[in-house]
Amino acid sequence: MNVVNEMHLNFPSKSINESFARSAVSAFVMELDPTIGELADIKTAVSEAVTNCIVHGYRREIGTVYIDAKITEDKLVIIKIRDKGVGIEDVKEAMQPLFTTAKDEERAGLGFAVMQSFMDSVKVHSVPEKGTSVTLTKKIVPLR
Amino acid sequence: MIQTDYKNDVLTVYLNGEIDHNRAANLRTTIDSRINSLRPRRLELDFSKVSFMDSSGIGLIMGRYRAVGLVGGELKIKNIPENLSRIIELSGVTSLGVL
Repeated sequence: MNVVNEMHLNFPSKSINESFARSAVSAFVMELDPTIGELADIKTAVSEAVTNCIVHGYRREIGTVYIDAKITEDKLVIIKIRDKGVGIEDVKEAMQPLFTTAKDEERAGLGFAVMQSFMDSVKVHSVPEKGTSVTLTKKIVPLR
Repeated sequence: MIQTDYKNDVLTVYLNGEIDHNRAANLRTTIDSRINSLRPRRLELDFSKVSFMDSSGIGLIMGRYRAVGLVGGELKIKNIPENLSRIIELSGVTSLGVL
């Protein structure tokens, strides 16, 4: 897997940065000439993952959200979004559609379902009290 | 800023721009204050000017479905742009009969 480009982004877990984060990743993948649909899918998945860091990872504090994005030779986009927050006890349960621990804030519990539907793969690694990382990958199919 | 319109017992809210977690809280407060003061028979959320929406928008729809239901009204969502149709379908909100 030959990485041809990469970027790293750190920002405080303020919800105003959700828009910045998805726009930055979207600008980064532009070199692959994605379709509007592919770009919208990536923006939405990134928005979900970053919102999870802000709403859940750093529920009681402001911490740092880290994004590491790579583009490979075969046009694969790999985006790792992580926090050093509270972590998830049961990842399998958290990934169930409609599961949410923030009902009062009108969280629909669909974050992971959206990521899974809009990306080719979603990998979650979490350690309670240490943090969570979500790795999103999507292949950008060249236009013929 | 969002534009709203109230006519014949129908409250229409013209949503715009990007709807994410950051923006949803303000939208919720604005719409709910209109719902509670006007007690409309129907709330219509118009999505024609919405350029981006993540699952926070789904939370916003489900929450307004409940809020307008509490004052005896119904919710309709309309003018869903093509780029939002996937998330709307995935969410299952259509099963609430809001389309």
